[in-house]
Amino acid sequence: MNHLGEEQLILHYYCEEEDAFASDRHLGECEACRALYGSLQRTLNVVDSLPVPEPGAEYAEQVWKRIEHRLPARRGARWVWALPAPWRWAAAGAAFAALLVAAFLAGRFYPHSRQPAQLAADPQAGERILLVAVGDYLERSQMVLIELANARSPGSLDISSEQKRAVALVSENRLYRQTAGHTGDAAVASVLDELERVLLDITHAPSRLSPGELEKLRQRLEAKGILFKIRVLGSNVRNQEGQTL
Amino acid sequence: MELTDLAFVTKARSGDADAFRALVERHSRPLFRLAFRMTGNQQDAEDAVQESFLRAWRQLGRFDERASFGTWLYRIAPNCSLDVMRSRKRRSNLSEVEDPVLALPSGDPTPERVAMSGEVRERVAEAMDELSASERTAFVLRHFEGLRMEDVGRVLGCQPGAAKHSVFRAVQKLRRALEPLVSGAR
Repeated sequence: MNHLGEEQLILHYYCEEEDAFASDRHLGECEACRALYGSLQRTLNVVDSLPVPEPGAEYAEQVWKRIEHRLPARRGARWVWALPAPWRWAAAGAAFAALLVAAFLAGRFYPHSRQPAQLAADPQAGERILLVAVGDYLERSQMVLIELANARSPGSLDISSEQKRAVALVSENRLYRQTAGHTGDAAVASVLDELERVLLDITHAPSRLSPGELEKLRQRLEAKGILFKIRVLGSNVRNQEGQTL
Repeated sequence: MELTDLAFVTKARSGDADAFRALVERHSRPLFRLAFRMTGNQQDAEDAVQESFLRAWRQLGRFDERASFGTWLYRIAPNCSLDVMRSRKRRSNLSEVEDPVLALPSGDPTPERVAMSGEVRERVAEAMDELSASERTAFVLRHFEGLRMEDVGRVLGCQPGAAKHSVFRAVQKLRRALEPLVSGAR
């Protein structure tokens, strides 16, 4: 048998090789492979002994306290989840069948002179889709701002990847801001307007920021309190999203 | 009679926060250990654990009841840990990087503390930090959590072969970095 390669030895260590018996036999006979395997074992044993702090007895309680108020509401569809799994599938099947019948009847009897878009319109479904999209959008925006707000660098910092993300977010923002304007949701439109300005600031900044420029950017973010506003808006959106389910 | 995870999941899905709390109580400690090994930092590990549970709550509807809730959480947590690590990289200030060993609660020396000299601890932590995000995730899941390669692949969203190669690369890098240390200690 040829010598065992490092990868074979790693698989042997984790007991995931195909022919463990052959490897064992080879290791018994081949000093070179045994030495290599010994070195691998010693390395992994050292890694093993890297300690992990043991969280205190109250750790789970602390985790719960920190997340409890951040859990978006889960409402609606309660009765569906309370059913046993087979019944849930039956309920879903019945709902789908009802939907098909409704679609057929609508197609059969609805005046054909109407625009197709009007047939498809379901205000509640539309609202739900919009809420999900806005919620996700706010999370992604928040992530970019958090990364920049927390960035520390002794030298200049390359923010080109954040800028690329900010460019994409700006065009999305316009869509959501205009929608909020049309639906008369002034508070949402106002936060999105502020967010858009901040994102534009980021896209127009140099792609490498000196520590001083980075600090100024951070101060602007803090002064506008935009992160807090996004968090509040995000939380409201998630709550509404739960209510429309 | 103690309820199963699945029973709590079913209740939590219908909006029962107390049921979800029970799941947090059951799983937060093992999740912390996983997150700590991924991030190498106590604060980041705590953030990753919280984010994992928040994500789990949001995605409860997608949980397949035939699977184990713990395993499902173990798929979420590495991704949250990676997000936290990426975010930490952005604010990397080397002087503020927390030594995982220094993060241990103070008090009497634990056997681990006694067993590891300062130099070894530092070198292991440095070697782990040299791994890429996917190598570190794959290694932690295979080595510390005992997942088989194909399960590692599922967590990473890649083929078992790719997961295997991430583990190989991780072990090879660790061996290169720590070999002088372990051969000197023989």
